[in-house]
Amino acid sequence: MAYLIEMKSLSASYENNVVLQNIDFRVNENDFIGVIGPNGGGKTTLLKVILGLIRPSAGSIVFNSDLISANTIGYLPQISTGDNNYPVTVTDVILSGMMIRKKIITRMSASDKKRAAEVIDELGLAAMAHSSLNELSGGQLQRVFLGRAIIGNPMLLLLDEPGNFVDSTFENDFYEKLKDLNKRMAILMVSHDIGMISSHVKSYACVNRNLRYHPSSEISNEQLLAYGCPIQLITHGEVPHTVLRSHSLDGR
Amino acid sequence: MEGNILQYEFIVKGLLGAVFASITAGLVGTYIVSRRMVFLSGGITHASFGGIGIGYFLGINPVLGAAIFGILSALGVEYLSVRQKIREDSAIGILWAFGMATGIIFIYLTPGYAPNLMGYLFGSILTVTYADIIALGIMSVLLTFYFAAFYRTILYISYDETFARTYSSYVDTFKYITTSLVALTIVLNIRMAGVVLVLSLLTIPPNIAMILTRVYSKIIILSILAGFIGTAAGYVISYFLGVPVGATIIFTLVILWVMVKLLNYLMRYFKRPDTNHQSPITSHQ
Repeated sequence: MAYLIEMKSLSASYENNVVLQNIDFRVNENDFIGVIGPNGGGKTTLLKVILGLIRPSAGSIVFNSDLISANTIGYLPQISTGDNNYPVTVTDVILSGMMIRKKIITRMSASDKKRAAEVIDELGLAAMAHSSLNELSGGQLQRVFLGRAIIGNPMLLLLDEPGNFVDSTFENDFYEKLKDLNKRMAILMVSHDIGMISSHVKSYACVNRNLRYHPSSEISNEQLLAYGCPIQLITHGEVPHTVLRSHSLDGR
Repeated sequence: MEGNILQYEFIVKGLLGAVFASITAGLVGTYIVSRRMVFLSGGITHASFGGIGIGYFLGINPVLGAAIFGILSALGVEYLSVRQKIREDSAIGILWAFGMATGIIFIYLTPGYAPNLMGYLFGSILTVTYADIIALGIMSVLLTFYFAAFYRTILYISYDETFARTYSSYVDTFKYITTSLVALTIVLNIRMAGVVLVLSLLTIPPNIAMILTRVYSKIIILSILAGFIGTAAGYVISYFLGVPVGATIIFTLVILWVMVKLLNYLMRYFKRPDTNHQSPITSHQ
């Protein structure tokens, strides 16, 4: 299987604060990788390095130029990075995802607009296609941003904590949708929700300054313990509960 | 005879000025209002007054001095806020007062006849030259082409800069170009509305437009229209009352804003009870 991205002994830091250190990591075509790890462990930084928003301080990141470049990746940010009061319609926001194929451009072609209408239908947003963002609920906004991420048919889709604001009625659809998209594109999904991750991803990566890749989707307790990071397990029961495991015992 | 010539000049300058002021202010105003750059624009405006003062002192065209000052301060604030070296609102606040102080000092230092300060502060149609009008006209054409050619790019960068950076490496270039055009537009409109009032010429029309639509391109068109109504009516009122034109323009625009707001409210108010009242009546029959 062809690789899309390869990181070799990559490090990244903010000012003098090293967030990622000496990472070797490959993303292949049709991968569906869950990225887990503690807050501040560098999950979002990893995505930003892939997007080219942060330059590595050491090591390298190589894109398979036949298939992909840093500018042609679909991205669903953790929180809305735009101003939700900005006068812009749902259709226009989704169309902005086409920019990964255009860079600087004046007009969208008729086929771009048709493609936008398809995506809007697909995500159940038809009724609000011409609404402005401040009229939408959190779950609807999330779908708009997913639409923006996938409209340009990227080879790689980066999702940062998509579970955060997916509403429960859309949750199953959302993961079904990802499964469907995964036939066309590789997916890298950052999440805290290990229960959710293990039932959908094909493999996962544990990020806490360094990165450990686990080629199977099975997450065992031993693996979690060995990783040496506090991990939040969320289960759905009668009473919603959260178990925090703090691993003071460092596996290495 | 002389009165006729004055009247003719007043009408031509007033009409052309109103057209170009509303085009430039409508385009730039929509950009700054939706990008929440109103305070920054206020800073640019007042900083450029420093350029006016220095222009007088050095004997060069004050508008040129203002343009240089305005663009440099605009780029400076954008640069500092990108680098996050200083709190943006504090930087603007300092710039604001510094520009005014510099302007006043140099105007007082200029030997000989003191320039028409009131004209620069509150706008005066009598001091507007044909060169000013031509400059505004060129600016209107330039801005129209710029916004038409890069409509989507401008819209998407100003809506979500972080996301734009994921696909484009031109984000900063576009921000700097657009901000320079904002500064230039403000400076050229100072002749019309004055340093103190020009900001409202840019901000009130888009706010009128946003009562009626949330679509960016429609906001631009409605802003230009509202701006034209405000400036044209302002000129007429200023002529008959003999008061500074900037003040009457702003006054008319605010009244227009209140009227549209009220009308919009009334239309919504009368639409709603209509559907509510219908059901008891039909059930009664």
